Amino acid sequence: MKWAVIDFPGSSGTEDILHVLRSLLNEEAEGVWYKDTDLSAYDVIILPSGASFGDYLRSGAIASITPAIQALKEERKKGKLICGIGNGFQILLEAGFLPGAIRRNRLLKFICAKSKLIVKNNNTPFTNQYEQQQEVNIPVAHQYGNYVCDKEIRQQLEENNQIVFQYYDDLNGSMDHIAGIVSEDKRVLGLMPHPERASESIIGSTDGLALFQSIIHHWREEHDRTS
Amino acid sequence: MVKVTVHVKVKEGVINPEASALERALAELSFDEVKSVTTGKTIELEMESTESLDTKVKEMCEQLLVNTVIEDYSYTVEEENKA
Repeated sequence: MKWAVIDFPGSSGTEDILHVLRSLLNEEAEGVWYKDTDLSAYDVIILPSGASFGDYLRSGAIASITPAIQALKEERKKGKLICGIGNGFQILLEAGFLPGAIRRNRLLKFICAKSKLIVKNNNTPFTNQYEQQQEVNIPVAHQYGNYVCDKEIRQQLEENNQIVFQYYDDLNGSMDHIAGIVSEDKRVLGLMPHPERASESIIGSTDGLALFQSIIHHWREEHDRTS
Repeated sequence: MVKVTVHVKVKEGVINPEASALERALAELSFDEVKSVTTGKTIELEMESTESLDTKVKEMCEQLLVNTVIEDYSYTVEEENKA
């Protein structure tokens, strides 16, 4: 099982994610430059947090039209698992992998804080190692995290259980306290909180680790079934 | 050459935190005349004048310049002085 973390100019989470995957989970993971045009060698692709392209125009907008994201669209068709964290979530929204959009936080401030989340759906490739309704502590660090979508999409998210993580409190003005959503087929996850910054007890929480472990668990199950 | 000015603003019905903050701030300054505030951005493009100008500008807006999920846009075209 091979992981790619796509690195854009302005990404800041790449090394943290690689550290969690390599040092804590003993996984084979590589950083991939955003100019790469082929991601077919990877089983799971992560888009890291940060401020790609300086957050110019809109967060994630310029990254969403880069060669690596074009390549990611090919892998999406094959059903590869894709996860965007923070800015990575914004890129997935801008590129149309997930529905909706992100606005500036309601109180306009950059929020860098511990945040309590509720796992709303543990039946996904990204959350199977959590309990349903489990409360987890995973920090946030964003100025643009205020999720919004139209009525039809809101209803669709609800009906298909696509809301995976909710903030326990109203953190940033996000609709329905949404912190993370999956695609209809549950192969793509986008979330604003940072599981990679909650994977070792020395930095305050290990609640994020189960997200990466869920992906590994899911991939192994799927792989064993087919081999 | 033409100058195309694209105006982007947050769609009606989508809460715009920045505009709400300005509304409150103007009220603080006792500008009671102000009933509502909208914010947005202006993007100026200096372009070759082609027949497909409208199509090109719309494509640019929809592929990159505007997030049509939450933003509306309009644009104006001005002829620039002949070089």
